[in-house]
Amino acid sequence: MITHYPVLQVIIPLIGAPLCLLFPVPRLAGLFALLVSSLAFLVSCGLLQQVMVHGTLVYALGGWAAPWGIEYRIDYLNSYLLLLVSSMSTVVLIAAQSSIRRELPQNRQTYFYTAYLLCLTGLLGILATGDAFNVFVFLEISSLSSYTLIALGTDRRALTASYQYLIMGTIGATFIIIGVGLMYMMTGTLNMNDLAERLPEVNHSRTVLSAFGFFIVGVCLKLALFPLHLWLPNAYAFAPSIATAFLAATATKVAVYVLIRYVFTVFGIEYVESVLPLQEIFLVLGLVGIFAASVSAIYQLNIKRLFAYSSVAQIGYMILGLAIGTQLGLAATLLHMFNHALMKGALFLAIGSVVYRINSSQLNHMAGLGRKMPWTMAAIVIGGLSLVGVPLTVGFVSKWYLVLALLEKGWWLVTVLVLISSLLALIYVWRIIEWVYFTPARIHLSEVREAPLSQLVPVWILVIANIYFGLDTSLTVGVSKLAAQSLFGLFGAAP
Amino acid sequence: MNIIGLYNYWIVVVLMAIGFFIVIAHENLIKKLIGLSIFQTAVFFLYISMGKVVGGTAPILDDKWHLYSNPLPHVLILTAIVVGISTTAVGLALVVRIQEAYGSIEEHEIQTLNAQDQIECQLEAYGFMKNNAFSVKSLDE
Amino acid sequence: MNLAPEQMLLSAILIPALAVFGIILTGRWANIRELVSIMAGLILINLVTGLYQIVADGGLIAYQGPELFSGLTIAFAIEPLGMLFALVAGYLWLVTTVYSIGYMRGHKEEKQTRFFACFAVAISSVMGIAFSANLLTLFIFYEILTLSTYPLVTHSGTIKAKLGGRVYLGVLLTTSILFLLLAIIGTWFVTGSLDFRDGGLFDSSTLGAAAVLLPLYIFGIGKAAIMPFHRWLPAAMVAPTPVSALLHAVAVVKAGVFSVLKICVYVFGLDTLRQLPTTDYLLYLAAVTVLLASIVAMRQDNLKARLAYSTVSQLSYITIGALLATSAGVVGGAMHIAMHAFGKITLFFCAGAIMVAAHKTEISQMRGLGRQMPITMIAFFIGSLSIIGLPPTGGTWGKWFLMIGALDAGQGVIMAVLMISSLLNIAYLLPIPIRAFYPNDDVERPTGIKEAPLPSLVALSVTAAGCIVLFFFTGPLYELALAILS
Repeated sequence: MITHYPVLQVIIPLIGAPLCLLFPVPRLAGLFALLVSSLAFLVSCGLLQQVMVHGTLVYALGGWAAPWGIEYRIDYLNSYLLLLVSSMSTVVLIAAQSSIRRELPQNRQTYFYTAYLLCLTGLLGILATGDAFNVFVFLEISSLSSYTLIALGTDRRALTASYQYLIMGTIGATFIIIGVGLMYMMTGTLNMNDLAERLPEVNHSRTVLSAFGFFIVGVCLKLALFPLHLWLPNAYAFAPSIATAFLAATATKVAVYVLIRYVFTVFGIEYVESVLPLQEIFLVLGLVGIFAASVSAIYQLNIKRLFAYSSVAQIGYMILGLAIGTQLGLAATLLHMFNHALMKGALFLAIGSVVYRINSSQLNHMAGLGRKMPWTMAAIVIGGLSLVGVPLTVGFVSKWYLVLALLEKGWWLVTVLVLISSLLALIYVWRIIEWVYFTPARIHLSEVREAPLSQLVPVWILVIANIYFGLDTSLTVGVSKLAAQSLFGLFGAAP
Repeated sequence: MNIIGLYNYWIVVVLMAIGFFIVIAHENLIKKLIGLSIFQTAVFFLYISMGKVVGGTAPILDDKWHLYSNPLPHVLILTAIVVGISTTAVGLALVVRIQEAYGSIEEHEIQTLNAQDQIECQLEAYGFMKNNAFSVKSLDE
Repeated sequence: MNLAPEQMLLSAILIPALAVFGIILTGRWANIRELVSIMAGLILINLVTGLYQIVADGGLIAYQGPELFSGLTIAFAIEPLGMLFALVAGYLWLVTTVYSIGYMRGHKEEKQTRFFACFAVAISSVMGIAFSANLLTLFIFYEILTLSTYPLVTHSGTIKAKLGGRVYLGVLLTTSILFLLLAIIGTWFVTGSLDFRDGGLFDSSTLGAAAVLLPLYIFGIGKAAIMPFHRWLPAAMVAPTPVSALLHAVAVVKAGVFSVLKICVYVFGLDTLRQLPTTDYLLYLAAVTVLLASIVAMRQDNLKARLAYSTVSQLSYITIGALLATSAGVVGGAMHIAMHAFGKITLFFCAGAIMVAAHKTEISQMRGLGRQMPITMIAFFIGSLSIIGLPPTGGTWGKWFLMIGALDAGQGVIMAVLMISSLLNIAYLLPIPIRAFYPNDDVERPTGIKEAPLPSLVALSVTAAGCIVLFFFTGPLYELALAILS
């Protein structure tokens, strides 16, 4: 059983998704989805534990050995992210039960859970697989289902947001297969490890260079790197709150993972640096993205959109960590991926509760809500502070390591810019706090109550995780550093 | 470089450019999807043509033939075609819903409607802020 | 109570934090809620005094908390400077609590539960700052202090309060995130340690980095209100008066200058500090702050604004004491923390009492008020003397040692600045009580005004008496201050 964990990780939600449709009552489908996601979570716990003990796990799908069959390869990096994705998905699904019942019409709720599980399958598959083409397939599974999830939003603008995302996402995915195809053309293999071994032999050719170019652009579209982020704010703003929480916490992180995997494992950082000034490009795009998106966030009226822009900015930090190109920088990126998932998960779930009660996510409708929904609002405050990087929260840990990595590299100016940018985060978080706590409530708010317990519990699980992992960093920092080490140390090497 | 000999790649590049252009330039949402399909199809060609072995036949085992084209790209592209079809299907479904919700599938008209929605929200918010500011001030005095 | 010293240390931080829950839970019953606050204050005083006795006997108290990053823990340790700060904050918290009960009820303020809860969080973090054993711990509690005092500043919820709150938070968080955090990470990067250590962390090979980091620290600690980062202090004047008293006399500003002193002594070390090329510039900047703030204070008609600018100026005295890098300077700075705390809190209490009883905020309206509010005005007079530094008040000693420190360092200019500033203090403080008792005859005497509510009156009498007591019984304070350098 244990040896099959790598494939079970993906198969369980894949089988669960169509089974959801068999339930006559949406409520049961929701509970079933929660069960499936919890199973996936348990499997990912087992996987992380296995990796910690035995090192990299290799699983040949269907018993076909590596060059012919598809190989699943679990190491520090992806076991850590598998745990992140499956745990976030489970926590979000707890809150989903009541929130979906309120936000979606009865006849669409079951479809929501099906699409949700498919999306989860795709994300877990991207993380688990060691096959270049398989990444594309899972990427499309997760993308197609997330277009559906977004289109289920109640506002009609959800449809155009989803359409826009579909166009940009498909272009990105097509770029990715072009890249994979060109790589295959030169090496005759799709297995990531084999690719890593054979690419150096042919890496002077223009084909490999264009493969690399196509691939990077495609992935950057998926991870919404500035200026390819245009699809993200609307998609997050108009999707059902639960979908936003799930996608914000996991989807972009998985895209960042793909980038890391290809830059470090497949192409190898030395090749990447020799052909493209990728460091400089990422540095500039990362910084510009951080500032542009943070400033846009300040001017948003819709709190979902506000945090969506903030997500774009946070992706900038992750890319900045990559741009540093050192082990510490990479560790900072990995750490921030985990921490940002916790923050955004907590924030968007809390916003979900707000929408549940007042049926709006506009800041002006939230005036005076601090007294009506004290626990939910406290969660938003703590999540927001974590975003700013106040000590005792995970945001501080991320910032600490990012700044440390920047100092190690000797980039003083960038360090100062990063610190200035966290003040922009302070401004948009404080706008919310002023609206919520220091603006008199509207009259019709008098009947609003605190969110139901089924939503408060998951929100507060994440809020407490925000604080816990801000205090005890042994797991997150430890695994990030191990993963970064192995990415630098074992690049291109056989297991 | 043998430009003529690589003509299949030129076709791929031209098709890709046509598809991409349609996606960017056209206002009509259906046309955009058609462009996207052409764009994807170009990639299918890329894969199929790289699997071609000169003199080889279709990769179906038979005693008469010894040289086959590489079967792997075919398999991959079968998958990619499925993905492409589903993307188009989801896209078309979205366009139907957009037509229902907006009464149009022309991009600029939809954008105008979206902008109106946005402005309504903002007007409401600023009106609220103004009233609010006045009421607080009057309390102050 | 028979607690181990480490437990006492932790309880000193936790008791106010626990009181927060007590206050929130009993929020419905005002009297019980106030009782919780006062009980917590009494326990805290008990603990701080106990700790002081151990420290005075030469005992060492330290506590290692959880490890935050590899090699970096949340750790507490008591050294004399922190003990001194904790003593001042612990005693004045109780007094301020008593005062605020009278004030808040007299003023019929809303949301009193939130007020007292945030108050307790603030004191908890002050204790954390005082006892912190490394820069990380100090930074964490420094930020909590900023955040927990924000709701106090914007307590009234008016637009004016919100704008004041924005400036308050903006300046304090900007400086701390931009400069202080950078300085701390830089220190960690250069020296590999963030512990407070006798003699400092830097050696001869890292002097260059230290010279860059020093201004980052000094500007980063926005709570020390050195110009041009002093704007938050007058902006925070929109807060209710007990908050102003807490902010400008005990918790926030003193946390700032305390951090400056602590960092100068234990991170840089006086010997290193003397060698740095940047020290002198910062010293002169502090001197400029002293003079400019005093001049601005003279032009203020609003009593609280005048006191705020006075605080800006007085805080730079302590920064000067630290930057002089002489032992007398540090002793003077440390003593001035205590002396100024008692003096300034008295003045703020008086300002609040006048506001509650007479509804007056402008100095020009306060002529002839001495007849109606004699106790308040006498206390105001004593507080003023202490700020100016005239016997028989405690303020004398702080200034005395600062002067000696300036002399030791051979900084004649600083001596002159301190003297001129004393004259300016006289000019902007003493006229207020004098006019209150001896108004010109043509001024209409206010009638129908009585003294403030009893709790407030008791509080301000106690602190005024404290100013005088500190003049005669300076021994323990002086020994504590002296022990900083041993």
